Amino acid sequence: MSFDYDKYIRPGKLPHIWCPGCGHGIVMKGLIRAIDACGLKKEETAIVSGIGCASRLPGYMDCCTLHTAHGRAAAFATGVKMARPEMNVILVGGDGDGTAIGGNHFIHACRRNINMTYIILNNKIYGMTGGQFSPATPTGAKASTTPYGNPDPAFDIAKLAIGAGATFVARGTAFHANQIDKLITEAIQHKGFSVVEILDDCPTTYGRRNKFKSVVEMMNHLKDIAVPVKAAEKMSPEQLQGKVLTGVLHKEEKPEYTEQYAQVIERAQAAK
Amino acid sequence: MAKKVAFLQGNEAAAQGALYAGCKFFAGYPITPSTEVAEVMSVELPKVGGKFIQMEDEIGAMAALIGGSLAGSKALTSTSGPGLSLKQELIGYACIAEVPCVIVNVMRGGPSTGMPTGPSQSDIMSAKWGTHGDHPAICLVPASVQELYEETIRAFNLAEKYRTPVMIMPDEIVAHMRERIVFAEPGEIEVIDRTAPTVEPSKYKPYDTSFGDVPPLAAFGSGYKFHVTGLNKLPDGFPTTKAEYVQAEEERQVRKVEGNAADIMKWEEYLCDDADIIVVAFGSTSRSARFAVDEARKQGIKAGLFRLITFWPFPEARLLELSKKAKGFITPEMNLGMSHGVVKAAVEGNAPVLGIFRVDGEPINPGQIIDKMKEVK
Ligand SMILES: Cc1ncc(C[n+]2csc(CCOP(=O)(O)OP(=O)(O)O)c2C)c(N)n1
Ligand code: SF4
Repeated sequence: MSFDYDKYIRPGKLPHIWCPGCGHGIVMKGLIRAIDACGLKKEETAIVSGIGCASRLPGYMDCCTLHTAHGRAAAFATGVKMARPEMNVILVGGDGDGTAIGGNHFIHACRRNINMTYIILNNKIYGMTGGQFSPATPTGAKASTTPYGNPDPAFDIAKLAIGAGATFVARGTAFHANQIDKLITEAIQHKGFSVVEILDDCPTTYGRRNKFKSVVEMMNHLKDIAVPVKAAEKMSPEQLQGKVLTGVLHKEEKPEYTEQYAQVIERAQAAK
Repeated sequence: MAKKVAFLQGNEAAAQGALYAGCKFFAGYPITPSTEVAEVMSVELPKVGGKFIQMEDEIGAMAALIGGSLAGSKALTSTSGPGLSLKQELIGYACIAEVPCVIVNVMRGGPSTGMPTGPSQSDIMSAKWGTHGDHPAICLVPASVQELYEETIRAFNLAEKYRTPVMIMPDEIVAHMRERIVFAEPGEIEVIDRTAPTVEPSKYKPYDTSFGDVPPLAAFGSGYKFHVTGLNKLPDGFPTTKAEYVQAEEERQVRKVEGNAADIMKWEEYLCDDADIIVVAFGSTSRSARFAVDEARKQGIKAGLFRLITFWPFPEARLLELSKKAKGFITPEMNLGMSHGVVKAAVEGNAPVLGIFRVDGEPINPGQIIDKMKEVK
């Protein structure tokens, strides 16, 4: 029997706003399969986003959904999770939202290791505002505000998350659609702050300016550059030039924030 | 049984007021001269099973505050000038998404870092115009430690009753002075909780105006699934650009507060009935003003004090009425004329309005106010 996505999609909210060929919808389907695999109850699941094309995702989901302000999803979500630690909290947003304007909240959510899952849809650009460069745009690439090529270096978002203290970090691509739900499932089941970066280059505002002739060509590009972490172990640095690692990149156990705070409550009440 | 009495600092009293009102969530970022509010909350909240979190900045604090409130907790933050500026975008979010929360903003000298330890009353315009777009504004300006305690309780009640952010803005003098305070007994002061929906979850709409201008608010995690956004929205919470909805929704959000101004506004009139000269003052300045009025009366000047306890909504109708008999108004304030303009507009030219403006970090003394009274012709 084919998978019933409708069970998790809000009645009457489709069609979505995304362009044909946009990878954000592929990620949404992966998220839905992951929520189903984890058996999360819709009314006990909050999906929180910032602003951008990616951040429109929660509106289509039949859960408690919070579309916040640009860059602030992690901080809003921290409030929800602190007030109700029993809720499942999932964040969704773009690379610009999460690592430029929201960079501060992102690294601090990683540092606290608060039990939430953050799905970053890295399309390498500010899609919603028409293709200005983001902290994930490669050096040299064209964007509407880098007409002569991007002088900025790009973040490696997964490394940033690991460096900041996230205890589960994974990366996938929109091409590898069947892997997305597995990565998100593992992230949700992990106790602590988990980050799943999905590469889904924006065809409309990034591909067009950077000489990709079609969405198919962009998808093939994602296929070509992705190297599973296991396979990478057997490859030389030369062979890994221009590639990105996919799969689970980092996993460790560390004290989780809401559990740490539960101990604060215990200590405060014992001292009363 | 005798009531519990203490000698408390203003900021400590604000925290105690929040706890009395049932606050269970605090998110903040340290800033002088408001930090004691956060410190007391960090001690007291976990004792009652509440949550305290120090965020990475004031934007994050305001965001977490809204998240905590949407998850069902009464929520407080505290800050001062620079932090208030950072919070502004999300104060607008709380206005349009109609999320109750309370912001204590202790007024210090500004703009920018200004005078971190100096008193000021220069954030009252930020309370109304700081965030972009049309929106409701409630701002309370207490003048004593006792009043800061009681008005913080009222700030929570107003936030919960009208589903909107409420600002309480003591100046640095009120926030840092120590006075005797009498705690309210449990049940003595009414505590209002937001109206929760009674409809079954599948029928719930977070902005359903068939319940009136303040629709019931469910909590995330309480069995209700719904959408919250900062975009202009339909009754079901989903974005819209339909002209008729946007206009009606914006008007309703402002009407929630302006239409209930009589319930929200609070002021005190002292010897105003027969007064020739009325001093309009708030916060610590109103204490100097009261002293000045008493002194002036001794000197044969018929002076009165109109003490604002809410700054927004502003009681312009009552001031207009008083202006028909008064010969002049005086607005002493620790800024360069913010209330002066508002009072001038309220009295519609019926009487002159003379200002005393101080931004040097010193309080306004009664002598200055009496001198100004003598300038009224
Ligand atoms: C405070 C603020 N600054 C700027 C904007 C304008 N803005 C809206 S979306 C966006 C970029 C979104 O890019 P990204 O997060 O990468 O998501 P995408 O649209 O590419 O999915 C910007 C700059 C805004 N809404 N708010
Ligand atoms: S602009 Fe880009 S990111 Fe936005 S919907 Fe279109 S393809 Fe997707």
